[in-house]
Amino acid sequence: MIEISDVYKKFKGVEALSGVSFRVNQGELFGVIGPDGAGKTTLFRIIISLMLSDSGSVSLWGLDPDKDYKKVRQIIGYMPGHFSLYEDLSIEENLRFFATVFGTTIEQNYYLIEDIYKQIEPFKKRPAGKLSGGMKQKLALSCALIHRPRLLVLDEPTTGVDAVSRQEFWEMLKKLQKEGITIIVSTPYMDEASLCDRVALIDNGRVIVSGTPQQITKGFGKSLFGVKNDDMYKLLQLCRLFPNTDTVYPFGEWLHVTFKNDAKEADLQDFLKQKGIENPLVVPIEPSIEDCFLGAKS
Amino acid sequence: MDKIIEVNNLVKKFGSFVANDNLTFHVEKGEIFGFLGANGAGKTTAMKILCGLSKPTSGRVMVAGNDVALNPEKVKSSIGYMSQKFSLYDDLSVVENLRLFGTIYRLSRRQIQDRTRQTLSRLNLYAERNRLINTFSLGWKQKLAFSSAILHRPRLVFLDEPTSGVDPVTRRQFWEMIYEAVADGITVFVTTHYMDEAEYCNRVTMMVDGKIEALDSPSALKQQYGVETMNDLFVKLARK
Amino acid sequence: MKTFIAFVYKETLHILRDYRTIMVLFLMPVAQILIFGFVVTTEVKNASIGIWDQSKDNASLQLIQKIESSGYFNVENYFINKQQIDAAFKSREIALALVIESDMGAKIMQPGGASVQLLADASDANTAQILVNYCSAVISDFEFQQRLLPNNKSIPQVEVRMLYNPYLKGVYMTIPGTMAMVLILISAMMTSLSITREKEKGSLEVLLISPLQPHQIILGKVAPYVVLSMINAVSIVVMGIFVFDMPVVGSWFWLFFINLLYILLSLGLGIFISTLANSQMVAMFASMFGLLLPTILLSGFIFPIENMPVPLQVLSHLLPPRYYVEAVKIVMIRGGGFLYMWQEMLVMTVFLVLFLGLSIKKFEIRMK
Repeated sequence: MIEISDVYKKFKGVEALSGVSFRVNQGELFGVIGPDGAGKTTLFRIIISLMLSDSGSVSLWGLDPDKDYKKVRQIIGYMPGHFSLYEDLSIEENLRFFATVFGTTIEQNYYLIEDIYKQIEPFKKRPAGKLSGGMKQKLALSCALIHRPRLLVLDEPTTGVDAVSRQEFWEMLKKLQKEGITIIVSTPYMDEASLCDRVALIDNGRVIVSGTPQQITKGFGKSLFGVKNDDMYKLLQLCRLFPNTDTVYPFGEWLHVTFKNDAKEADLQDFLKQKGIENPLVVPIEPSIEDCFLGAKS
Repeated sequence: MDKIIEVNNLVKKFGSFVANDNLTFHVEKGEIFGFLGANGAGKTTAMKILCGLSKPTSGRVMVAGNDVALNPEKVKSSIGYMSQKFSLYDDLSVVENLRLFGTIYRLSRRQIQDRTRQTLSRLNLYAERNRLINTFSLGWKQKLAFSSAILHRPRLVFLDEPTSGVDPVTRRQFWEMIYEAVADGITVFVTTHYMDEAEYCNRVTMMVDGKIEALDSPSALKQQYGVETMNDLFVKLARK
Repeated sequence: MKTFIAFVYKETLHILRDYRTIMVLFLMPVAQILIFGFVVTTEVKNASIGIWDQSKDNASLQLIQKIESSGYFNVENYFINKQQIDAAFKSREIALALVIESDMGAKIMQPGGASVQLLADASDANTAQILVNYCSAVISDFEFQQRLLPNNKSIPQVEVRMLYNPYLKGVYMTIPGTMAMVLILISAMMTSLSITREKEKGSLEVLLISPLQPHQIILGKVAPYVVLSMINAVSIVVMGIFVFDMPVVGSWFWLFFINLLYILLSLGLGIFISTLANSQMVAMFASMFGLLLPTILLSGFIFPIENMPVPLQVLSHLLPPRYYVEAVKIVMIRGGGFLYMWQEMLVMTVFLVLFLGLSIKKFEIRMK
């Protein structure tokens, strides 16, 4: 089990992490969800012993990244943001380097990466710099796995990669879970939270909420309504004017609205009709992780 | 409705590589038009051509009434542009940036003064107007960059992945600014890889391997392909 | 026109707000003028001269006094035999030696005249020439004075021997200096880019996380460059020998060893720079300006160190190239062996250990 307790970290007078705590269970696929600048990368660097926290503790199955960093580094597979591969080495050369550095061979743990590597194997002589985003992703994952780590730590592995590769990547992670590897992933994409077993929503160095995706959406606490019409901008301005509106956020084709008290959809509909909107659509909807994130912010 | 952009059979080749393969579409005045696609699909190449930064290999492209191949300079002076890579000069202040862009786009001193004041009050930044840009967060930089891009009230503004790396709240504030600009009569041409933002657009087009695979409003496309979200639509089209 | 002015104004603001540009625009020229002004001097003052006075009579004493009081020379040594002179030259204690033959006072009165021998260390051909000229002038003056005395009829003959470099070839100075410059630049620049490149790319994080130890990483980065730099060194020596007729008077083994030592310390220096620099640009700049210019100006490559003002001389003591240039000249030109070079080699070894040690120490196992 992995335990993160009350971790603080300051950079140049700015608090990057302010008391971050959560737990990751053995074999879980755990998501750290938050926008850029939330502190995800800093948090990960502390977990894998690359940085020291100012205060607080991290325990990886009893190991302390501060004192036991050598042991910690043996059991961790790390994929930093932007992949960090050696661009002028080929796929094969990259993989072999990481295998050797970790004291193993490609053959030894090949079964772990087989499914992933097979997709890029036809290009194995190509320099990593000439690969597409999706291929780099697969290679970086293979390099992180090659020494059969106990914990896989992936920092924004799906950022900057096309939607198809993103989906495939999550499918690969689920397969790896079956091998008993615990996985911690960070992502700015809120919709990816539902693909994890448990998540922690993080913003400005703080954990807003953590738990299973279902627990989090259930914890939204209020009724959420979707409002739609042809002129979204006018609708947005009018919803703001409605005296019982608590929050209103654009969500593409819909506006997501919460009310201050027990106001009902009919009240808003009447208000909008009064203001000249024909046939305003106001329906109750299920909150998503993003709604929870925005709700916590306001 | 007026067509502010008309693209007919646009082809752009780099050597033997075809980046844009026979694109035909138009953008109507007052639309929010979304230009979607994976990296390398040809979006950036097409956008450069529309902005007058690059010439088509063949085909006819009219932007704001000007042919990009014949009058690229006229095109440039009638549009606004904002990209994720560059927004404003980091070591200049807010007002210095606004004044600079105002002058470059040949606004009169009066106009620059008025519009600078308007922008500062709209964004509530009057007190911070002399701060250097590099002291602002990414979200603020992008909001300011957008304001700069429309300072000269162009009829059409191009936004290249304007909300990359910005938190969900700021993104929404940004899109509100876009709505506001559209309400003022500006047409917005935007590329983004946030598929949920595609839903803010009136119409979108999806590029795959240099071709246009889909072109319609988000709801029509979702219905047509039987998917729930634009992300699902993208995956479906890309996997074809 | 208005847009043009606006653009110029913006560019000016960029320049004024970038402290690096200001430094280059204003500080650099000042620094360069000062350094060049002091360093580039063809005057020679306080040159070390040694004297073998075989006469020890009034005349010779007068000559010696004249030399001492000329202001050009410091009499370092009084020799009693040839071996002492050779040793003094080899270990660079003196730049010039004056041999006064016996019975000068008496011989001056003879028609044959007295003679003196001037031996100059011509490794630095220019300085040797200047020193010989100065000394000859003093001797001429002495001779003139002597002639005014009654009974003195003839002039001391001055025989000049340019040691080590009889043809006064400039390459004897330039080749060792060039080697110093090229090797430190290439070696240090290459390795300094190496780590900063990984920092910039982000792949350093993964290395840090791996079981690789800092010393493995550092030595691993240095190793390929040792071979490459040795090839460089060999090429330069070969060209020096075959194209410029440079001699290798001393032992090849020591030449090889000095080069290896210097290359290793340069590589260490490069790695050290890269642990400090955060971008390749900074690393390159630091290597170029921090190494190239001081090497050219202050290592004794072109301008003799003895002629520089004391502060600059002290500064040159901190520069590894200075010791390398010295050692190479001792081996190649003067044929000295270990006994004559051990100080230079010791200092270079200290630098080597210092740079590599600091690099390993500074190479954090963690990020800040």
